[in-house]
Amino acid sequence: MGLLEKRKREDVEIPTASMADIAFLLLIFFLVTTTIDVDTGIGMVLPPKLDETVEPPPVRERNMFKILVNEEGRLLVEDKPLPVSQLRAEVKKHVMNCVPDYGYGCLPEYSESPDDAVISIKTARQTPYDAYIQVLDEVWMAYFEIWDNEARKRGYPSYEAYRNQLEPGEENEIRDLIKAQISIAEPDPS
Amino acid sequence: MSKHFKKKSAETKQEIPTASLPDIIFMLLIFFMVTTVLRETTVQVRTTLPRAEALTKIDQKRLLSYIYIGPRKLSNNRLGETAVQIDDALVEDISTIRTIMYRKLVEQPKLIVSLRVDEDSEMGIVTDVQQELREAGTLRINYSSRRDVAGGTGSG
Repeated sequence: MGLLEKRKREDVEIPTASMADIAFLLLIFFLVTTTIDVDTGIGMVLPPKLDETVEPPPVRERNMFKILVNEEGRLLVEDKPLPVSQLRAEVKKHVMNCVPDYGYGCLPEYSESPDDAVISIKTARQTPYDAYIQVLDEVWMAYFEIWDNEARKRGYPSYEAYRNQLEPGEENEIRDLIKAQISIAEPDPS
Repeated sequence: MSKHFKKKSAETKQEIPTASLPDIIFMLLIFFMVTTVLRETTVQVRTTLPRAEALTKIDQKRLLSYIYIGPRKLSNNRLGETAVQIDDALVEDISTIRTIMYRKLVEQPKLIVSLRVDEDSEMGIVTDVQQELREAGTLRINYSSRRDVAGGTGSG
């Protein structure tokens, strides 16, 4: 009987008064170490490695929108020189050529439909990277503006708003309707 | 008899002294602050990123793997030849990139390669790296760029 009583009294509790301090220190540690800045950039998907025996699928000349960037960063768009500032409008015109609501008509030198339109960017080996990014940015902005327009048709203020309300795994209808088809051509070896 | 025992056991202190606990923890904190290296890779090449407007955010940082391309930083603020850096080391031979990136892809199948390329670099080396990435099968890439503060691009 006496033994049991003694054991009860031996119970020792861990002091919890400093728990808060420990937790606080941990918090500070993680606050300091985590980086909050998000990486931003222009996303692209490279074409898979081509099988040399398989021919690439044929693309009709009128559907191809060729952009050439030379060593000085100047553009040759569809064999005509063009300033970068006008590129966005030209890309939009090419992609949305035969879509009724856009009012571009259906010009024979532009694409047949947004699905067929391919934007091809080709650079030289000496082209400055900055110039290439400028061109790629303008092409993407053209697509973003088209998507913005499609989102407004569906009653969303912008494409961003439309995309944010999508459930994970839900189909992005606008992107499926107008796919961005940008091809990066390999520069000629020099 | 039993009363005598009780009194004796009550006299011995069973509590751990907590007065010095904050000090101990503080010392631990300082120890870790001094010793931990926050695995930030030291970039040995200059990467002044180009500016762009059509940006997308990548919040899944653990999917990212960086490739730095730019002129080498030398002593006295001088810049050397354009070099490629993956993780901590400079890549001497471009054709080794496919093996390096393939191994990373096996570890992380949803890998996104972030190309941090200096704006003054030439496209030749960027293309060479991209060809290597195609060989490795790491097709999702991202041209890291800063937000255009001025707004309108296309100054011509």
